[in-house]
Amino acid sequence: MDNILTILEKDARTTPEEIARMTKKKVSSVKKIIKGHEKSGVIVKYKTVLNKEMLRIDAREVRALIEVNIVPQKNVGFDYMAERIYKFPEVISCHLVSGTYDLLLIAGGKDLHTVANFVAEKLSPMQNVRGTTTHFLLKTYKEDGDILKQVEKDRRIAISL
Amino acid sequence: MKYIAKIISQIPPSGIRKFFDLVMGMKDVISLGVGEPDFVTPWNICETAIHSIEQGYTCYTSNKGIPELRQAICHHLHYQHKIHYNPDTEILITAGVSEAMDLSIRAIINPGDQVIIPAPSYVSYGPMVTLAGGQPVYIYTSKDNGFKINAIDITNACSRKTKAIILNYPVNPTGVSYTKSELEKLKKAIHKNNLLVISDEIYDELSYDFKHTPWPSLTGAANQCIYLNGFSKAYAMTGWRLGYAAGPRKIIAAMTKIHQYTMLCASTPGQVAAIEAIQSGQQSVNQMREEYRRRRNFVVSGLQKIGLNCLMPKGAFYVFCPIDITGLDSVEFANRLLKEQKVAVVPGTAFGSGYNDYIRISYASSMENLKEALFRIAKFIQHTKK
Repeated sequence: MDNILTILEKDARTTPEEIARMTKKKVSSVKKIIKGHEKSGVIVKYKTVLNKEMLRIDAREVRALIEVNIVPQKNVGFDYMAERIYKFPEVISCHLVSGTYDLLLIAGGKDLHTVANFVAEKLSPMQNVRGTTTHFLLKTYKEDGDILKQVEKDRRIAISL
Repeated sequence: MKYIAKIISQIPPSGIRKFFDLVMGMKDVISLGVGEPDFVTPWNICETAIHSIEQGYTCYTSNKGIPELRQAICHHLHYQHKIHYNPDTEILITAGVSEAMDLSIRAIINPGDQVIIPAPSYVSYGPMVTLAGGQPVYIYTSKDNGFKINAIDITNACSRKTKAIILNYPVNPTGVSYTKSELEKLKKAIHKNNLLVISDEIYDELSYDFKHTPWPSLTGAANQCIYLNGFSKAYAMTGWRLGYAAGPRKIIAAMTKIHQYTMLCASTPGQVAAIEAIQSGQQSVNQMREEYRRRRNFVVSGLQKIGLNCLMPKGAFYVFCPIDITGLDSVEFANRLLKEQKVAVVPGTAFGSGYNDYIRISYASSMENLKEALFRIAKFIQHTKK
């Protein structure tokens, strides 16, 4: 992966000036490269990773992994159904997977009832959805490469030669 | 005290003990004084060690080290650098490169023998030579020659008593390294003076601008060299204390003799973990190297912007930074920077008596810390500029 993307993926707050210093590039060319990535869609957006388990209890949300079996459509395969499903705001991510089911969704809502409603009233009744299995998440330890607990202490002694 | 050996008085006390105590007594300090990676050991390596303990690998190993580890090291050196060592007779696993260095010196030094050490240097080399009854002879490099030694320096430092030269590159504390053609020139002078090379290449994987050339990979150099390396810096395994020496059979046998009566063997779970490190750790090494490279570029450009005219280091994770624009000596600079801005750096005098105008900055710290530390150093420099 391009050096600039590696830096931004690690910390999206890094400024073009800082990136320029890290990569020995000109600020203007860093800005140009970033703009290019934004335009092409390689950079989708910049966001903050939250450990939602640390939020106030009323601000937390419930998430579930949902396995979905669907009937593929002629000419468009699974894409048509996937699109119809991932457009629901409850769907946080949607993957086509190999194995005993077809789509793996992560769905979220403010409480159990919201997610259950989505499965029972929106997802399951869809034509071509043959069945679903829902697993509610009890605790998330690691997400997208980030370990969701407080930053570990630097255990090194402060001065060593 | 009458019980203490005379030789101990010949070893200088730690130049930074007081400063160290001062740092330890303060809260919320950003330390750029740490000589070890800020990464933790990659998990696959830790997991291997945990598994080995569960499986009962908690006993002694052979003095020379686990055969599989010696084989893995030989394979690595052959595959990466085309250097050939016999795992049965030419490799010794040690408790870090420090032990390997101590064994190397003790195995070759007779009382009064001289050992050349380029300065500034890692603090232990000189005292180790003294403890072995030898005499360290320093070649003092300066910023003007890029902190590098050359063939003439070596020849000038030699006397009838000179037996060996300690090389360390990339260098702690300057981050300087040598290209293959520079090493070839040094080799001519070293061989002409019939010196043994003890080459500490612990930072070899952290080379940023050109491929590292191990000393024994130079033509005809291996049989006059003890090559030292380890797992501390490349695999972020400092606390595991695991290194090795590779060299001519008779020297390794002599070192093993001392090792078997003193250390006996390196830690067993550590040795098992090191096999995993050397066989599967390259991806982690590459990732860490790229991260250090970015930090180096960031820190050096930041220091230069502040007006601290430092050289671009080629490896390791240190910048040896001149502070002459402040008019402060290195200890005063470090003390005041600590007290006024809560940033810890190491005074240059810790690495040689002539380096009063320098500090060592370690960029083995998070980008966030580096940004904040540079901001604070800039504020400090503004107040203290001559």
